[in-house]
Amino acid sequence: MNKTFGLITCLLAGSVLAFEGAALLALYDPAEEAPGGEVGTIDDHGKNAFSLPYPGLSDRQKTDFVVGNSFFKKAWVEAPSSTTARDGLGPHFVAQSCGACHALDGRGAPPDFSRGLQTDLRNPAEQPMSLLIRLSIPGQPNPQPDPVYGGQLNNRAIPGVKPEGKVHIRYEPVRGQFADGTPYELLKPTYSITQLAYGPLHKDIMLSPRIAPQMIGLGLLEAIPEADILANATRQRAEGKGIAGQPNYVFDDFAKQEMLGRFGWKANVASIAHQTAGAFHGDIGITSRINPREDCMPAQKDCRRAPSGGTVRQPEIDDKTLNQVILYSQTLAVPSRRAPDSAAVLRGKQIFSDANCVSCHTPSYQTGEFKAIPQLAGQTIFPYTDLLLHDMGEGLADGRPDGRANGRQWKTPPLWGLGLIKTVNGHTRLLHDGRARNMLEAVLWHDGEAKASKDYVLKLNAADRENLLTFLNSL
Amino acid sequence: MKKIAMALLLGVAVYSTGVFAADVDQQQVVKQYSVLVSASYQDSLSSARDMQGKINAFLAAPTPETLKAAQAAWLEAREWYGQTEAFRFYGGPIDSETGPEGFINAWPLDEAYIDGVKGKPKAGIINGKSAITEAKLRSLNERGGEENIATGWHAIEFLLWGQDLSRDSAGQRPFTDYTTAPNAKRRGEYLKLVTQMLVDDLASVEKEWQPNQQNFRAQFEQGGNDSIKKIFTSLGTLSRGELAGERIEVALDTQNQEDEHSCFSDNTHRDIVSNAKGIQNVWEGRFVRRSGEVVAGASLKQLVAQKNAAVADAVSSDMATSVKNAEAIVAPFDREIIGKKDAPGRKRVQAVVDALKNQTKNLVEAAKALGIKRLNTSV
Repeated sequence: MNKTFGLITCLLAGSVLAFEGAALLALYDPAEEAPGGEVGTIDDHGKNAFSLPYPGLSDRQKTDFVVGNSFFKKAWVEAPSSTTARDGLGPHFVAQSCGACHALDGRGAPPDFSRGLQTDLRNPAEQPMSLLIRLSIPGQPNPQPDPVYGGQLNNRAIPGVKPEGKVHIRYEPVRGQFADGTPYELLKPTYSITQLAYGPLHKDIMLSPRIAPQMIGLGLLEAIPEADILANATRQRAEGKGIAGQPNYVFDDFAKQEMLGRFGWKANVASIAHQTAGAFHGDIGITSRINPREDCMPAQKDCRRAPSGGTVRQPEIDDKTLNQVILYSQTLAVPSRRAPDSAAVLRGKQIFSDANCVSCHTPSYQTGEFKAIPQLAGQTIFPYTDLLLHDMGEGLADGRPDGRANGRQWKTPPLWGLGLIKTVNGHTRLLHDGRARNMLEAVLWHDGEAKASKDYVLKLNAADRENLLTFLNSL
Repeated sequence: MKKIAMALLLGVAVYSTGVFAADVDQQQVVKQYSVLVSASYQDSLSSARDMQGKINAFLAAPTPETLKAAQAAWLEAREWYGQTEAFRFYGGPIDSETGPEGFINAWPLDEAYIDGVKGKPKAGIINGKSAITEAKLRSLNERGGEENIATGWHAIEFLLWGQDLSRDSAGQRPFTDYTTAPNAKRRGEYLKLVTQMLVDDLASVEKEWQPNQQNFRAQFEQGGNDSIKKIFTSLGTLSRGELAGERIEVALDTQNQEDEHSCFSDNTHRDIVSNAKGIQNVWEGRFVRRSGEVVAGASLKQLVAQKNAAVADAVSSDMATSVKNAEAIVAPFDREIIGKKDAPGRKRVQAVVDALKNQTKNLVEAAKALGIKRLNTSV
C-alpha cells in the first residue's frame, strides 16, 4: 500500500502526465496565473504581497491610494490633539487604526494561547486585537443591539472612559480521525465577556465573533455582476448535491437602498464604501458623513461626555479622506499564483474539484462594469467564492442571524491569497474567528451543506491530502 | 531567410550602441550592483558607528555641545542610510520576512509611545516601569499598530531633538532631559540601547552583502534575470510608491507635519535628496563613497541602452531632474507643504513628485525593454 503511494508521489513530482486513473491531474489554465486579471495582479510573494495597488491604476488613483494607505495604517489619536488630521479616536474603540487589525493589509488572528494566556477568567491577559465581537439580542425583522452596550463590544477606550469589557476565549479540543486512521484535533472556542463596565449584558445576548480578513481584490469582487452571483444559487440547486447558496440583501448607506451583500462573514455588507465608513465608526470610533454621531449608548455617560474630534457638520474624517481610504480598500492587488502548473498543484486542483469544493468556492468570473474604478471591467478573475450564504453546520454556528443570514449560515470566503497569509501575517489561523490553526483544520470544520466535501477529504490518503494543501497554498 | 534578417538587426543594434560604450551583460550589471550595495551599507554602518560614538559621549557628559555633536552625527549618518533605501522592496536582507527594516526606519512614530509629550508628560515606555531591554523594545515595536514605533532612526531622532513644536526650527529638546528631568536615567538607557540596536541591525544587513561569503549576495549574483527584476522593483517602488507617494504626496495632501519623514530634526528635505540619489546610483552603477572614492562599473543604464537607447536616456534625464528638484526644496519641509496649490513651496515639492513619477513611468518601459512585464512600483 505504502509503496503504491510512493510511486504516485514520485510520478506527480516528476511529470504532469496523468497516472493510469489513480492520480488524475486537472488541466492547467494559464489565465489562473493572474487571479486578479491583468489590471489587478502583482507578482510580489513576500511580506508586502497584500499591500500593493492594482498595477492598472491611473496616476491620480495611485495618489489617492497612497494617501488612503496612510489613513488606513496610521493610528488615530484622542481629541483634542495637535495632530489634527487624525484626531477623534473613540471614545470607545477596538483598535487605533485599520492596519492594527488588517496588519500589512492581511488577516487577523486570535491571541496566541500557546503561552498559556486567557487562563484567568476574571483577568484575561491578552485581548484580541483583530477579532471583534458583535453583540445583539433577538428582534424583528433583524436582531437588535444590546440596549446598554450597542452592536459590538469595544474592549478599549480613551483615558477617562471605561472600556466596555474584556473578551474571554476558552478552547476545548475536538478529536477525530481520517479514514486511514491518522488522528486530528480541532479547537472549539467558547466566548464570554468579563469585566463589564456598564452592568450586565441583556439576558438574551448573542455573541458573534468575527476576525479581520485580508484586504486583497475587494474592488474586483464588487465588480462581479450580480446576475452571476445569483446564477451560482441556481446552479447549485440544479446540481442536486445538497448545496443551496442563498444571497443576503442588506441596506447600503451610500446607495441608500437594499443591495446584494458581498462582504463580511455573513455577506452583511454590500459595498466597500459602506464597510469602510462602518469600520471607522464601529472599530475606531471615527465619525463621518455617513455616521455623524459618536457610537455611545444612552447609559454610557462617560462616553457621551468625552470630547469629540468633530461635529455633525464636520465629522472626524472628511469626505475626501474617507473616499481615499475607500479607494485604497478597493484596489489592493491580488498576488499571482505560485507554480500553478506543478503536478502537485494540479493534482490538488483535481481533488478540490472532485470533492465538490468548487461548487461554493466558485473559481472564476468575468467582471462587469464598475463605475468607481472603470478599468476593473472585463477582467477574468479567480477569487474562488460564490459570495453566497451556506449552512455550515452546528459546529461553526454562532446562532446569530444577520440580514437574511440565519445563525448557521456563513458566506463562502474568497480563497485567493490564502497561501500567502503565513508569509504576510506569520500565522495560518482561518475561519470566521480564527479557530482553525491551519488549512486542513479549516476544511475539517466544514459541515452542514459542506459535509459531503469534508467526508471526501476525510477519505483521502496522506499524499492526496498533501496535494490538496499544495493547491490551496498556491492560491 | 528570417534568421539572417534577425542577425542583421541584432548586428545593427549592437553596432549603434557599441559606438558609445562597451557592451555589458546581465551578469556584469548584477555583480556591479552587489559591489555598490556592499559599499553603500559599509558607509552607512560606519557613519552610524560614528553617530553611536557621539551619542555615547553625550550620554557620558550631557551638555548643549555634546547634544549638538550627536545631532550632527545623526544628520551625517542619514545621508548614507538614505542612499541605501534603493536596495529595498524585493525581500532582500533588509526587508525579507526576518529582515530588520521595521526596526531600522519605521515611521511615522507616535512620540507618546516612547516618551512624554506636550500635554502628556508621563506618557511612553521611558516613563513606565518595565525594564528597558532589547527584547522588550523589539516586542513593543509596531505592536497594536504600525505607528507604535519603539526603535530605529526616528526613535533616536525623537530622543535627540524632541517634538518639533516651532514653525522655524527643529525640535528643541533640552540636554537636561538627560540630567535633571524626570526619568532622565531611563531616557539615557533607552537612547543608548536603540542606538546599539540600530548599529547591530545595520551590521547584520551589511554582512549579507559582503563579497565571497555564503550569504544573500552569493545567491543574488546567481539570480540572472530575476535579480535584474529585483533591482528594477526596488527602484520603481522607492520612486513611486514610497518616496513620491507615502513620503511626499501624503504630506502635500494633508499639509500636516505628522506626515513628514524626519519631523523632529526637520531633515526631511535631505531624506528626499538622499533617496533620489540612491536611485540614481543604482541606475548609473556608480557611488561616491564617504571617503570620496568613486565606485563605478557596468550599469543598468547601459544594459537598457543596448535594447532601447531612447528610454535609457529618458530615465537618466528624469533622475537628474529628480535629484535637482529635490535639492531645490527649501527647509523646513513642514513649512514648504503649507498653502494653496500655487504656493512657491508646494510647487517646488510638487516638481519633485512629478519628476519621480516620470522616472517611474520610464523605468517601467526600461524594464519592458529587458523583457520584464509586470513591474511593481508601489507599496
